[in-house]
Amino acid sequence: MKLSTGDRVFNWINIVLLGIVALITFFPFYYVIVVSFTDPTEYLRKALIVFPEKWSLASYEYLLSTPFFVKSLGSSAYLAIVGTLCSLAISSSLAYCLSRRRMRGRKAIMLFVLVTILFSPGIIPNYMLIRELHLINSYWAIIMPALSSGWNVLLLKGFFDSLPTELEEAAAIDGCNDISIWLRIILPLSLPALAAFGLFFAVGYWNTFFNAMLYLTDSSKWPVQVILQNILINASTGDLLSTAYTEKPPTETLKMAAVIIATVPILLVYPFLQKHFAKGALVGSVKG
Amino acid sequence: MSPEPMDAYTAPVQPRPAPDQSSRPNRRLRSDLKRDRWLYLLALPGILFFIVFKYFPMYGLVIAFENYSPFKGIIRSEWVGFAHFERFFSNPDFLLLLRNTMAINFMKLFLFFPLPILLAILLNELRSDKYKKLIQTVVYLPHFLSWVLICGLTYLLFATGDGFVNKVLAELGADKWVVLTNPKLFWIMITSQSIWKEAGWGTIIFLAAIAGVNTQLYEAATIDGAGRLRRMWHVTLPAIRTVIVILLILRIGEIMDVGFEQVFLMSNGAVSEVADVFDTYVYRVGVQQGQFSFTAAVGLFKSIVGLTLVLLSNWLAKRFGEEGVY
Repeated sequence: MKLSTGDRVFNWINIVLLGIVALITFFPFYYVIVVSFTDPTEYLRKALIVFPEKWSLASYEYLLSTPFFVKSLGSSAYLAIVGTLCSLAISSSLAYCLSRRRMRGRKAIMLFVLVTILFSPGIIPNYMLIRELHLINSYWAIIMPALSSGWNVLLLKGFFDSLPTELEEAAAIDGCNDISIWLRIILPLSLPALAAFGLFFAVGYWNTFFNAMLYLTDSSKWPVQVILQNILINASTGDLLSTAYTEKPPTETLKMAAVIIATVPILLVYPFLQKHFAKGALVGSVKG
Repeated sequence: MSPEPMDAYTAPVQPRPAPDQSSRPNRRLRSDLKRDRWLYLLALPGILFFIVFKYFPMYGLVIAFENYSPFKGIIRSEWVGFAHFERFFSNPDFLLLLRNTMAINFMKLFLFFPLPILLAILLNELRSDKYKKLIQTVVYLPHFLSWVLICGLTYLLFATGDGFVNKVLAELGADKWVVLTNPKLFWIMITSQSIWKEAGWGTIIFLAAIAGVNTQLYEAATIDGAGRLRRMWHVTLPAIRTVIVILLILRIGEIMDVGFEQVFLMSNGAVSEVADVFDTYVYRVGVQQGQFSFTAAVGLFKSIVGLTLVLLSNWLAKRFGEEGVY
């Protein structure tokens, strides 16, 4: 089909416009990456860095030699791994049960779960609960409240609804009970979907900030987001970035290196997220 | 076909006690429960989670009507009725918090909300799939970054001293542009951050709705002489109207919420007058100063208004013939 002039003009405007949108989105990453790899002396010498003459790993080497920062990466990784596994177990078991139509009272349980989407009691009651449970300064204070949510159960239930029931019927005839059917048949069958949900949980735990700030008063337990807040926003770099390492690069390049290090795990899982997320983001729009 | 879903678990067929009608449903229930006992056991941890971490805090809201003392506990603390609510509503802070919350949310509603729709329509008009994929890959990414990172990036780019923008301005010999500590720019800065983080991601839901449009509609419109823009206006936009309404309902339900982390991270002494919102107030006065009962009342007020608004806008949407959410 031959395009009219108007169409061609529109196409070009559209291409340029969206290109600008993408550039605006990408630029902060570009700037931070470039400066974080800039040689410290060059950074101090020049007023503005747009592209470094001399690349250097100094900021990264320094940062990865500071005990506080490295430990916080470990804490975040621990939260992401343990939290994700627990979240998947709790959310998928309940969602699976709710997708079994023979279960009596499942509508009532579903309603009980969905009400929590509509009404949230706010910060104070949650804070009091964690205090009552003596979870202050425990990683469980961050994991436990985030184990599941109405939306998660709803989405996972939607997935389990779509699984064929023949397999579990066969297993039941072979004498399996519901729990072993779930463990040995349903979960292995659902691995791809669970992996997708798991990634979203993992990103959530990796990014967790408020609860960590609220419940972890012991700074040696801080996950990376709380450390980042202190470095980047409160500019309290003194203690957190102290190390035996001799030469300290400029604080700015250190900050940028910290941003990049905290973003790398997200970038690593991003291709997988992208493959699955259209699905995840969509289910919210489908009537439950 | 049996009317009930097929299942192999049905307990061995029981001899029916024909005469006694009343006990049958009961016996049926009991045998069903017995058959599904493992299923209930499997659901138990999840149900316990919701009871402890979602419903127990709701019960904890009782302290909004008490003078809660940790030593006396929820049950024995002194009952004060609506005293905390009265104190809050007559406090000048209340109007300030309401103003800031509304200002930020209305700004987001008018500037942020239409953007994903526009972006999705434009993405849909791209002829090259590769280019489309590239743009999508870039604009979806910020969604996965934490608010700490986004706010950190904002500091690195806009700080008055070392920020990129002010370095460029200095190179050009221009005056410094104060952003982070400028009360006049705070609301628009918060809105812009949200746009940068979420506008790209927000297109997914619209793109999916657009993908469901029958291509014959476009062909018919073309034959009727509709140009590119008219097709977008008369075919694409109506096709995603339901999704727009649903998202609008959800958005209105969140009008009392202003992402706590974002505002908390971006606020500082210079902008506190325009930056204080309900959640930051609850955090400061409740968690940091220990006024649990008073701030629980503030939180409860916020939740109830939010709930009312969702239900109201849902009902309105249905009245106007749209599909609601609930």
